[in-house]
Amino acid sequence: MDWTWFHRFGSPPHLYGLARRLTPWFAWPAALLIAIGLYGGLVLAPPDYQQGDGFRIIYVHAPSAWLSLMAYTWMAVAAAIGLVWRMKAAHAAAASCAPIGAWFTVAALGTGMLWGKPMWGTYWAWDPRLTAELVLLFLYLGYIGLRSAIEDPQRADRTSAVLAIVGVVNVPIVRYSVEWWNSIHQAPSVMKFGKPSISWPMLTPLLIMFIGFTLLFVALLLVRLRGEILRRERRAQWVAEVVTE
Amino acid sequence: MSGVWHCAQLVIGRDLRLAFRNRAQLLHPLLFFGIVTTLFPLALSPEPSRLRDVAPGVLWVGALLASLLAIEFLFREDAQDGTLEQYALSGRSLTWLLFAKTVSHWLLSGLPLALASPVVAYGLAVSPGAMPGIVASVALGTIALSLLGAVSAGLTLGIKRGGALLSLLTLPLAVPLLIFGAQATARAIAGADMSAPMYFLAACAVLGITLAPLAAAAAVRISLE
Repeated sequence: MDWTWFHRFGSPPHLYGLARRLTPWFAWPAALLIAIGLYGGLVLAPPDYQQGDGFRIIYVHAPSAWLSLMAYTWMAVAAAIGLVWRMKAAHAAAASCAPIGAWFTVAALGTGMLWGKPMWGTYWAWDPRLTAELVLLFLYLGYIGLRSAIEDPQRADRTSAVLAIVGVVNVPIVRYSVEWWNSIHQAPSVMKFGKPSISWPMLTPLLIMFIGFTLLFVALLLVRLRGEILRRERRAQWVAEVVTE
Repeated sequence: MSGVWHCAQLVIGRDLRLAFRNRAQLLHPLLFFGIVTTLFPLALSPEPSRLRDVAPGVLWVGALLASLLAIEFLFREDAQDGTLEQYALSGRSLTWLLFAKTVSHWLLSGLPLALASPVVAYGLAVSPGAMPGIVASVALGTIALSLLGAVSAGLTLGIKRGGALLSLLTLPLAVPLLIFGAQATARAIAGADMSAPMYFLAACAVLGITLAPLAAAAAVRISLE
């Protein structure tokens, strides 16, 4: 099997160019889908018979929570690829995932708190899913902290990669916490086997938001990746050419 | 011929000998455990019924912080004097040698903490009948904690003033141990069946034994590069 397409990702100029060309292909659909999803969710979808209009925060909350986990998984996979194949570009990708994932985690926690106050009567409850999501935030912060504490860039890459892989144990805990424990967080209504327990006019905007947020994540990742590559290769000739272009 | 067991024996024997020649380092976590848990009756109230309610949490948070203190010293001296480098170059499996080091670390920090916990628990107005359960839960929980600590100690090797970072890396992943450990202790105090949280602690220990030495060895090897 021919692996040259894979090895070409290891070349910083190639990856930089690829990221630059791909960014608009993810950013514009993301903007469009999020606009459609927000209109559908905030205007077209009917109010919930129990929660009234309060449920509409799910259109931001659920996609953020989903991406907080997906960003971590991507980060760990990129870190593992970097560790195994000693690919610097993969480490750069893992480093770019961390702040984005951390912000999605903050967004998921923040929107969840805003929803929790009117619905549960409190901003915060020590519930398995909330605690696990908070642990996820600490893992992101630990990863960023470890990376910035080590001066040698290669050692920083490899050491933080080990941490990212170890921290993966938390991902299934967040994902399945509502099913394993009696949580006050509601059980999944979309990502489950069988028919979703949510009506189509409410579900369609949510699915659009999921796709839109995922595309937004990829677009943000590509932008950050370009920055990361430029920072790492700042002494290289091709960077000077790209920047003065 | 020196087999793998002999190797582990040598590493553990060396660590124990070193520790008993420098007893202060051995006692610091225990003293810390005792002092931190003394602060709670003074800060909350010395009323026995209230103390008994908070005893599991106080005991476990104290034990967690005390073993965090001990984890800082797990690899530090061996990294400074080149012993870890020799381990890595010895041709033996570094994973296995670090596992042996973790075992000796548990014997020197986890086990003493478990043995000291009845004294602390008695100070928190826990009845003597609950003591065997408390010792068992702390002993079991600190196994997984030592292994988790080995990974974070490996990751923070060679970082100046890595202590705060060590806590930031270890504590989030220690949350399950704290939850199940405190639950087991609470059940021991209430005289209820504590097998369910104990099974969880045992599962965490098994998971740690299988995976943590591999991660610790990878981290140590990177820091030696």
